[in-house]
Amino acid sequence: MSLWQSEASRPVEPEAAAARFINDPKHEETHDRLVWGMRTKRDQAASLLPHWEELREVASQVKEHTLTHLDQYLQQFENNALANGVKVHWARDAAEHNNTVLRIFEEHGVKLVIKSKSMLQEECGMTEFLIAHGITVRESDLGERIQQLSKERPSHIVVPSIHKLRTDIAELFAEHLHTDPHNSDPHYLAEAMRNDARPQFLAADAAMTGANFAVAETGGIVVCTNEGNADIGATVPSLLVSSIGIEKLIPRASDLGLFLRLLSRSALGPPMTQYTTHLHRPRPGTELHFVLVDNKRSERLASPDFWHVLKCIRCGACMNTCPVYRRSGGLAYGATYSGPIGIILDPGFDHRKYRELPFHSSLCGSCTEVCPVKIDISNQIYKWRRVIASEGLLPAIKGAGLPVLGDVLAHPAVFHAAEAIGIASIAHLPHKVLDNPLNPWTRHREMPGAPSQTFHAWYEKEGKKHE
Amino acid sequence: MSEPVGTSARDEIISRVRNALPRPPVPLPGIELSGGQKSVKGGLGYHHNLTDLEEVQGFPEPGEPLAPYFQKQLAAMGGQSFLVSGYGEARAKIAELFPEAKVVCSVVPEIPGTRQVTPGQRSQDMHDVDVAVLRSRLGVAEAGAIWLSDADLVVPSLGVLAQHLVVLLSPDAIVPTLHEAYDGRFHLPAHAYSLFMAGPSATGDIEGVIIHGAQGARSLTVLLVSS
Repeated sequence: MSLWQSEASRPVEPEAAAARFINDPKHEETHDRLVWGMRTKRDQAASLLPHWEELREVASQVKEHTLTHLDQYLQQFENNALANGVKVHWARDAAEHNNTVLRIFEEHGVKLVIKSKSMLQEECGMTEFLIAHGITVRESDLGERIQQLSKERPSHIVVPSIHKLRTDIAELFAEHLHTDPHNSDPHYLAEAMRNDARPQFLAADAAMTGANFAVAETGGIVVCTNEGNADIGATVPSLLVSSIGIEKLIPRASDLGLFLRLLSRSALGPPMTQYTTHLHRPRPGTELHFVLVDNKRSERLASPDFWHVLKCIRCGACMNTCPVYRRSGGLAYGATYSGPIGIILDPGFDHRKYRELPFHSSLCGSCTEVCPVKIDISNQIYKWRRVIASEGLLPAIKGAGLPVLGDVLAHPAVFHAAEAIGIASIAHLPHKVLDNPLNPWTRHREMPGAPSQTFHAWYEKEGKKHE
Repeated sequence: MSEPVGTSARDEIISRVRNALPRPPVPLPGIELSGGQKSVKGGLGYHHNLTDLEEVQGFPEPGEPLAPYFQKQLAAMGGQSFLVSGYGEARAKIAELFPEAKVVCSVVPEIPGTRQVTPGQRSQDMHDVDVAVLRSRLGVAEAGAIWLSDADLVVPSLGVLAQHLVVLLSPDAIVPTLHEAYDGRFHLPAHAYSLFMAGPSATGDIEGVIIHGAQGARSLTVLLVSS
């Protein structure tokens, strides 16, 4: 029984999970500092490049063009991949994807697979599925391997184990790699993993990757990594299977210049990832398989409110800038995708299970400002709140006040009356009334003092003098 | 598979996508280059759909060589580079950098190694290579990146299994940005495997500490060979 299946469709509880993470100041502070550091480096990189904002705009247009012509580009990609000698498969959903991969591996008698990071394969729960069918699956990325040994999801789409301290990893490696539990030097730990991984990489029967981009014009994919682990998979075993979400298409090879200039700068700051790898045909004597996966992407595409989320290039900039994500950590979301992008992706898979996530945001809009392909993330968070409210799925506490608020805001006279009463009351209410367990806002903050009159009343008196 | 006839996953996905296409369709923006490398002030920008170019501090002026900026960017990515004149100096530099190397595989005829690499060798056989000597025919100044294809590597796993990489590059083969790099300088479908490397293998997965040699090459040295 996999971690994913056992959780069934019970709604996730991000508040409680975040509280557990925040409870340990060392983890919370380190996470906040490291994640904000990535945001800072992104800002420096963006400021050094002329026309950063125009690059974002053109990238957004290329993605929107591709998505509004996606049927054509999918067919062009397939035709060119087939002409290159790639075996192309299609999967409507996660189960079909997993079964397709399993069938390929069974036909080749595969026992050991090394895989590089793929959020799509995470989304499909593929690793647990293959393991249940007797195939050993080893994550080849250091952070992903740390998460695999910890039996946890990735907490960040670029740096999967960023929520862990080096001492956590020293403890984990001592158990699994027999290293010194008291030595938490990152160089020592990384070297231990390199030495543990190499023999497995050389013995693997097959490799798997995801895809950052799929180029319709050339029928090949691009995989961006820093460790080179995907490259070991692509060059050592004689069978390679790559999972590709259908939204990963771009029209032309020349578009890669545009997206690659944005991707790594937005993620971690450097001008590009250490490895930018192009896979276009099987090496002589080997097989290359592409599995094109829908898994509700066509449903998103049909939604006027939510199709823009398909522009995402998975850089993680929105997570790094998010004041909620930085404090709560990625695991608090209880979902494949965390942070602002997760808040608008996850409910698309199951809006009952993930009904709390769109409320795990301050709606400050910083995510929208840093997104390299200009996804209106904060608007989409707000729209998901409306979907969830309209289906009566609001969390109990938020649900209690919101219908009343809606009625009050809909009637200006009622609002102004309520406003005046509110101001008068705040001044006289004991602190405890506002600072109650139903109002998490005041848990770590003081309420500001109330003004002496409403803005409306002030404007009636003062503002009209200048008209 | 137990699929009803006529509803293959492929046809169903394409049909679903076709019915879902957002409207109105968005036109494909042109991405036009500046009309040749090294001619652009600041060198990092576009023109046409992007307006006037700005100057980037530290980037070469039009007509100036790109190699110094390439070297600076490569160093920032954790790589190192040296200017050498001719293959004699290149050989001496490699000997100086890797005096302990036992297995040196060179695919550059002018640089002798200790072991031959020939097409068709097993990928796994590259596992004990200490130093691989390769030749790249394209560098990108903005990222300090070099281009390598399966043809350049002879056996593709050589580039990731070797402990250290030395790559020879002509200073004249450096273009300013990734836009120029992807502007028809190679034909992607001709290569099973090809890549840009910007520095050696790296990870920041343990508390963001940058460590080189996570899984692939521990070091990347570019020798800028002038003839």
